[in-house]
Amino acid sequence: MSQHLPVLLVAVPLFLAPVAALVGRWKLAWAVAAAGCWWAFAASIMLLRRVMDEGTIHYAMGGWEAPYGIEYRIDLVSAFVALIVAAIGAVVIPYARTSIAKEVSEDRGALFYSAFLLCLSGLLGISVTGDVFNVFVFLEVSSLSAYAMIALGQDRRALTAAFQYLIMGSTGATFIVIGIGLLYVMTGTLNMADLAERLPAVSDNRTIPVAFTFLTVGITLKLALFPLHLWLPNAYTYAPSAVTAFIASTATKVAVYLLLRFFFTVFGAAFAFEQMQLDMVLMPLALVAILGMSLVAIYQENVKRLLAFSSVAQIGYMVLGISFGSVLGVTSGILHLFNHALMKGALFMAMGCVMYSVGSVRIEKMAGLGKVMPWTMAAFVGGGLSLIGVPFTVGFVSKWYLVQAALEQGMWPVAAVVMVGSLMALVYIWKVVEVAYFQAADPDHQIREAPLSMLVPTWVLVLASFYFGIDASTTASIATRAAETLLGVGL
Amino acid sequence: MSVGLLVGFCVLLPVLGAVLVLVLRNYPNAREAATLLVGAATFYHVLGLLHYIREGARPRLDLLEVVPGVQLAFEVEPLGLVFALVASFLWPVTTLYSIGYMRGHHEENQTRFFFFFAIAIAGALGVAFSANLFTLFAFYEFLTFCTFPLVTHHQTEEAKKAGRIYLGILLSTSVGFQLIAIIWTWQLAGTVEFTEGGILAGTASAGVLGAILILFVFGVGKAAVMPFHRWLPAAMVAPTPVSALLHAVAVVKAGVFTVLKVSLYVFGIDLLATLAATDWLAWAAGATIILGSLVAFKQDNLKARLAYSTISQLSYIVLGALLANEWGIIGGGMHIAMHAFGKITLFFAAGAIMVAAHEKKISRMHGLGRTMPITFAAFFVGSLSIIGLPPAGGSWSKWFLGMGTLEAGQYGLLVVLMLSSLLGLYYLLEVPVKAFFFAPPDDAHHGPGIKEAPLPSLIAIVITASATVAFFFWPDLWHELMTLAVSGGAS
Amino acid sequence: MIDVGLFNYWAVIVLMMVGFYTLIARGNLVKKLIGLNVFQTSVIMMYVTMGKIEGGTAPILVESGEHVVYSNPIPHVLMLTAIVVGVATLALGLSLVVRINEAYGTIEEDAIMDEAL
Repeated sequence: MSQHLPVLLVAVPLFLAPVAALVGRWKLAWAVAAAGCWWAFAASIMLLRRVMDEGTIHYAMGGWEAPYGIEYRIDLVSAFVALIVAAIGAVVIPYARTSIAKEVSEDRGALFYSAFLLCLSGLLGISVTGDVFNVFVFLEVSSLSAYAMIALGQDRRALTAAFQYLIMGSTGATFIVIGIGLLYVMTGTLNMADLAERLPAVSDNRTIPVAFTFLTVGITLKLALFPLHLWLPNAYTYAPSAVTAFIASTATKVAVYLLLRFFFTVFGAAFAFEQMQLDMVLMPLALVAILGMSLVAIYQENVKRLLAFSSVAQIGYMVLGISFGSVLGVTSGILHLFNHALMKGALFMAMGCVMYSVGSVRIEKMAGLGKVMPWTMAAFVGGGLSLIGVPFTVGFVSKWYLVQAALEQGMWPVAAVVMVGSLMALVYIWKVVEVAYFQAADPDHQIREAPLSMLVPTWVLVLASFYFGIDASTTASIATRAAETLLGVGL
Repeated sequence: MSVGLLVGFCVLLPVLGAVLVLVLRNYPNAREAATLLVGAATFYHVLGLLHYIREGARPRLDLLEVVPGVQLAFEVEPLGLVFALVASFLWPVTTLYSIGYMRGHHEENQTRFFFFFAIAIAGALGVAFSANLFTLFAFYEFLTFCTFPLVTHHQTEEAKKAGRIYLGILLSTSVGFQLIAIIWTWQLAGTVEFTEGGILAGTASAGVLGAILILFVFGVGKAAVMPFHRWLPAAMVAPTPVSALLHAVAVVKAGVFTVLKVSLYVFGIDLLATLAATDWLAWAAGATIILGSLVAFKQDNLKARLAYSTISQLSYIVLGALLANEWGIIGGGMHIAMHAFGKITLFFAAGAIMVAAHEKKISRMHGLGRTMPITFAAFFVGSLSIIGLPPAGGSWSKWFLGMGTLEAGQYGLLVVLMLSSLLGLYYLLEVPVKAFFFAPPDDAHHGPGIKEAPLPSLIAIVITASATVAFFFWPDLWHELMTLAVSGGAS
Repeated sequence: MIDVGLFNYWAVIVLMMVGFYTLIARGNLVKKLIGLNVFQTSVIMMYVTMGKIEGGTAPILVESGEHVVYSNPIPHVLMLTAIVVGVATLALGLSLVVRINEAYGTIEEDAIMDEAL
């Protein structure tokens, strides 16, 4: 069985999805979904360990060898991203049981868990496949299920948010297919490794830059890089809490992974950065995202929306790291991918707890919550500290590498922007903290602490964000090795 | 217990104390007794380290590697021991004082108060024992965050505003300047370990090193070099024991200690003396000394006056570091101890007046000396030490600082020191003199209802005041340690 | 003689732009979906054109083993998947429109915006 692990990682959740839909009762469906998520988590750990010991895993789908068949190609980057996705899934699923039961009507429960499993398998599929068209298929599997899950939000604005996301997301996906088609017409292959080999010979042809552009636009739309982020704030704000926590920590991360994959593995750093001068595009956009979106976040009155804008800013950090095109820069991007998944997951889950107990996440409704819901708000503060980048949290580790990467290139103004960004994070996090801790709670309104089944998963992520901030040598060395793999140095 | 573990134990003890405080939250007497006992034990163990330092040993404890090449580690050296001894001795004394103050003043949330108090001491000891810039920065930020609940203890609108200034200034300087300086150092020197003689010499041009020095000096917001001093007066909204320990001892001393440590072990005296930036910064410190004194002169609120006096005195220590010679460093290091004991006495007295007579304004304290003789006598002694007059310990550190200015040929700065002492003579001694010799204001209620502060507070005041006098006759401990620090080895 | 292959590509571009424009400019949610579908269909046409070789036949292995020119089947197969994805997207989109109509009583973007405020 272990040799089929790469495909089972994706296939088990995929096949459990219709099972979850068919069992009908939401509790049973939850059990099926939980089994799928935890299986994926266990499998992704095994895969990562195997990749670290034995190097890249090649798996020929159905026994058809690459480049004719579809190849699953798992290197350190893929395994790491798959682990992030699966880990967040494994933590969110027990949380979802209570949260979703409250926010989504019972008769839709089974369908929800079915969509959840589809989304998970789609995201896992993107991270492990070595075939560019397969990427598109999995991207659509995950996106379509995500649209459906977002539309289940309580507020009717969830529907328009999902529709907007559907239009923009499908446009992005179509851009990606166009790019893939143009690559295929030039090279006659869809296999990533094969493409990487054949592309340099034809890279002078105008079709290749066009393909590159379509792919870049399509992927940056999916990862919500400013100014293509318009779908994100509404989608995150109105989706059910568990969905926001899951999607915010995985979907955009996987899109960042795709960016890395296409830039570095398929096109190669030399083409992307020297011929196409990608850094000239990405770096300014990333800087604007960091400053502009943090500023917008400060003025939000809905905390989920605030965190959503903060996510756009944080994506700016990842893209900024990548735009340096250096080992250190890419390392910081990959590290932040992991770190941000932990902290944003924790923050959105804390907001889910507030939603559960208070019924709203508007900032004025959170007065006095520091006393009434001490564990939830402590989790929020913990995640917030990480977002600010305080030492002993994962946010600090990301910043340490990112600033180092900027200084390495002599770009100290960029380093200063990173610091200003984290100070702006201080402002918007503290805005919530002040309301929760400095204003008295409304005595007429009986609010109780969220149930343990939600608090425990939230705190798992909070503690993880502290743990990997104190002992970052594992994640940092994985990220460094992954960056070296991508850039093809030090091997 | 091995020496390394002993160091870790010293930092851990206050945390244990904090846990005990939480456990015993329903038994106030046991809670305070536990804090006192743990405080005494902490001091005892820190004192135990003195023996090793005298032998020329540098007890070290490597905790873990946070990111490759950067350790979380403790290493005790003479300068750090000075700070640790001061902080750990004054903690139980302040606890004693707080028992009288918090109960006499009917403060709420006393458990939270004692909890964060203990945690803050752990942070201060972590700063004192840090083996490298990373560890120092981590505990520095830790200290900022765990003192925030103390500063905003009253949770009023005023406390919230003060808390904003407090966090805003301390974090923006540390994140915006200090962290960049640290990462820059790491980039240039390839290490952040504190090393005898410095690590930066010869790694970059004088201009770059000067820029890093400026980032360090202003980045240590806790040293309150103008224009980054506003947080200190703002933080005076806190209960007086907090102002006493944190803003005369732990927090501000963590700041100046960082400046001294960076001067000695990152730049090294020799390198420092060659940089042009050192001179400019010395004058910035000189300006802070004078301006701080002048502003203090104008304050009628006693705590505000003490706060500005602290700002001025802190810059004495910064100046000592920037004189870049042995006299200056010895004087600066000794001033950490001398100023701590003197200023805490003044704050204790101010708090005692507040508890007993409910007066905050100096102009309304006339005549109070007759009803509270011990308090005002202690205030008198503390003032002498701050001004630098015998028979109080402060005269020694001022003497060495003066010698340092002569050695550096900075006669202008010597004048600055003298002038500031003259101002101090007026703005500090005014308080006890008027209290003893002036008639009370007509509408004051200094009648028979007022007596001295509660007994525990009074004992604490007497202890610190006597220590201040004792250090005039026996300054040897501090002098010996600082001599070891600059000579860099066994005596 | 007009090259048939290039004609197809022109058609693709025109369809793509028509679809994309409708997608962006129309306020009616159903029209938006139609635009999206035209946009996606143009891509299907592009792929199919890519695989076509003039004079090529279906890629069937001939018994005699003689050399025949055949069209590349892979783009066609890929587009089967893309069609499925397109249908799923459209179905989901339309069902969302139905729900939006239930919730807001309109499917015009402007009206929804006014409602939401």
